[in-house]
Amino acid sequence: MDVLKKVPVREQEPKVRATNFEEVCLGYNKEEAMEEAGRCINCKNAKCIEGCPVSINIPKFISEVKEGNIEEAYKTIGKSSALPAVCGRVCPQESQCEGRCIRGIKGEPVSIGKLERFVADYALENDIKPEKAEHTNGHKVAVIGSGPAGLTCAGDLAKLGYEVTVFEALHELGGVLVYGIPEFRLPKHAVVAKEIDKVKELGVKFETNVVIGKSTTIDQLIEEEGFEAVFIGSGAGLPKFMGIPGENANGVFSANEYLTRSNLMKAFDDSYDTPIAAGKKVAVVGGGNVAMDAARTALRLGAEVHIVYRRSEAELPARVEEVHHAKEEGIIFNLLTNPKEILVDENGWVKGMRVVEMELGEPDASGRRRPVEKAGSDYEIEVDTVIMSLGTSPNPLISSTTEGLEINKWKCIVAEEANGQTTKEGVYAGGDAVTGAATVILAMGAGKAGAEGIHEYLSSKK
Amino acid sequence: MYRIRKAEKLADKIYLMDVEAPRVAKHCEPGQFVIVKIDEKGERIPLTICDYNREEGTVTIVLQTIGVSTEKMAKLTAGDYFRDFTGPLGCASEFVSEDIEVLKNKKFLFVAGGVGAAPVYPQVKWLHEHGIQADVIVGSKTKDMLILEDEMKAVAGNYYPCTDDGSYGHAGMVTTKIEQLVKEEGKKYDVCVAIGPMIMMKFVCIMTKQLEIPTIVSMNPIMVDGTGMCGACRLRVGDEIKFACVDGPEFDGHLVNFDEAMKRQQMYRTQEGRALLKLQEGDTHHGGCGHCGGDE
Repeated sequence: MDVLKKVPVREQEPKVRATNFEEVCLGYNKEEAMEEAGRCINCKNAKCIEGCPVSINIPKFISEVKEGNIEEAYKTIGKSSALPAVCGRVCPQESQCEGRCIRGIKGEPVSIGKLERFVADYALENDIKPEKAEHTNGHKVAVIGSGPAGLTCAGDLAKLGYEVTVFEALHELGGVLVYGIPEFRLPKHAVVAKEIDKVKELGVKFETNVVIGKSTTIDQLIEEEGFEAVFIGSGAGLPKFMGIPGENANGVFSANEYLTRSNLMKAFDDSYDTPIAAGKKVAVVGGGNVAMDAARTALRLGAEVHIVYRRSEAELPARVEEVHHAKEEGIIFNLLTNPKEILVDENGWVKGMRVVEMELGEPDASGRRRPVEKAGSDYEIEVDTVIMSLGTSPNPLISSTTEGLEINKWKCIVAEEANGQTTKEGVYAGGDAVTGAATVILAMGAGKAGAEGIHEYLSSKK
Repeated sequence: MYRIRKAEKLADKIYLMDVEAPRVAKHCEPGQFVIVKIDEKGERIPLTICDYNREEGTVTIVLQTIGVSTEKMAKLTAGDYFRDFTGPLGCASEFVSEDIEVLKNKKFLFVAGGVGAAPVYPQVKWLHEHGIQADVIVGSKTKDMLILEDEMKAVAGNYYPCTDDGSYGHAGMVTTKIEQLVKEEGKKYDVCVAIGPMIMMKFVCIMTKQLEIPTIVSMNPIMVDGTGMCGACRLRVGDEIKFACVDGPEFDGHLVNFDEAMKRQQMYRTQEGRALLKLQEGDTHHGGCGHCGGDE
């Protein structure tokens, strides 16, 4: 074996997987995991832990894997993360733990994400229970949103003995894990639901179909239902559009709509009632993880798919693995290209898109080189479906109905990074609702901080 | 799970149900709606709130069967359950938060088309309970299709039924009734609220624009989540793009781009039609019509 390289992970063949919604990556078996774990040099001053937003003791869990003690490895991870099977699949490891790995200086870093996934899947398959609090402390906490931030916060508080109820607006639990990330990247029954079951085993209660700000308000939860503290992890669900002509034509979707139809409503499965206009030739506008997810979903529904992105490949915000998988599957990348207008037929349906070539100029505020239009380079491409994947912003439903909760100019809730404290007493927040659209693991980090903040607040009140 | 306490058929393809949903019943106001999902595999269907009982914790919904999901819902009876029932969604009608004394000086005209009588009813009832008598025009194809007549009469000022075929009340479209009331009978209205099929609301708005009556319409575009997340329900209102689910469903009818909204509403028509045919014909459905793709 080449110690400079990761033990390769088995994946579905690109041609095969492009026609199904089964998971792309098949993960390590125990033998492979133990071999990969053997590459970890167990640094004393482990940089990988610093790179992890929830500070998992990575060298410790890997050394347990090395010895074949998978249950112990799971317990080590479980101290820091409530959703390891999710994170092992969707974290941007290359810019976090693996990005700091000493092995990565000369060769490939240890495959920390795949090892985490192996350990978590082992725990799900063998039904290893998380360690729960012995007694509840009688204090009620409400968590709004059952996405990564809310689940983490709820799990951590339950372990401390709090009586936690999670309120979810949709009919399924998981937030972006169920409506946003596709089945082929994150299986819903086998992984998400099971990992949420582990949070339920900690004693957390869940109530679906409750839209906070409509079905009830934060003030009412506190005043009428006896909750002593509230954590808001309601995410960033509002889609953005470009504001170009033709955007209201039939066949133009937000990535949120397209993915919600396919993931949450399971439109890809004929036995479900929700329809999806799959498209034959699809343009996905944007270059993030959501754009890759939408593109690869459209591909699996039978379309020829183009990613239309205004910067170059180096600036694609998506995880490296997603871009790699998308290319393998046959997604066509139209880089340095920006839409100007969506062309509409006489019945109101998309028939094409007028785009313009771009070039990169000086770096902008984000540090990325600003794309500039090349004058006179407009041309038309023929598509029947356009999916706008331009990012999302927080939903104002909660902030607009909660007295004393401050938001910033991007409609994000103002909260302390260290403990999630908002401008309203007893109310904490974290995740995309505070930062705007980011990653699952950052939201989990914020959920963790929020749980600590609430624990400190309620402990000092007692 | 949300238990159905009462289910009755009001007219051909139109059904009324009382559903136990305490959180919704406690918070809903006229103008809002719910999203209902029958079972694990069903669609999320936005439905009108027709009435509510805060003490009992029940919400009355009215639905018209137009696709596979609503056909399935119509078969439910008292004692059955909906898997999911979310709401109240959307904004309450503007008048709910207006000063009552100001409202008392306003003359309201409600125009309901078909099943649109259901969302109009709680608005007229609310005004009635606050001492305001609104005039109500209810249009339907024929007498048998007219719904909630007794209920509406009990809370309306003047009640004007219209039928397309002249089988009951005013013979003709609701628009001609509006014109008649204003031009021939000299009625003056400060606000018109029109709820019904988009095509009806469009023509009511053309009429009320001529008559210079500010008009509110309640839009019912395609929705998925109903909480502002997907943008399927986006509409052009004046120069702005609005989401019916969170910004509406009620808008200034004189600013709504109805033609675009009607095109957008057709987006899944073929697919819904196929699914419906498959459901109705069951095992006997083998296509052959050349349109539905049943033989694919």
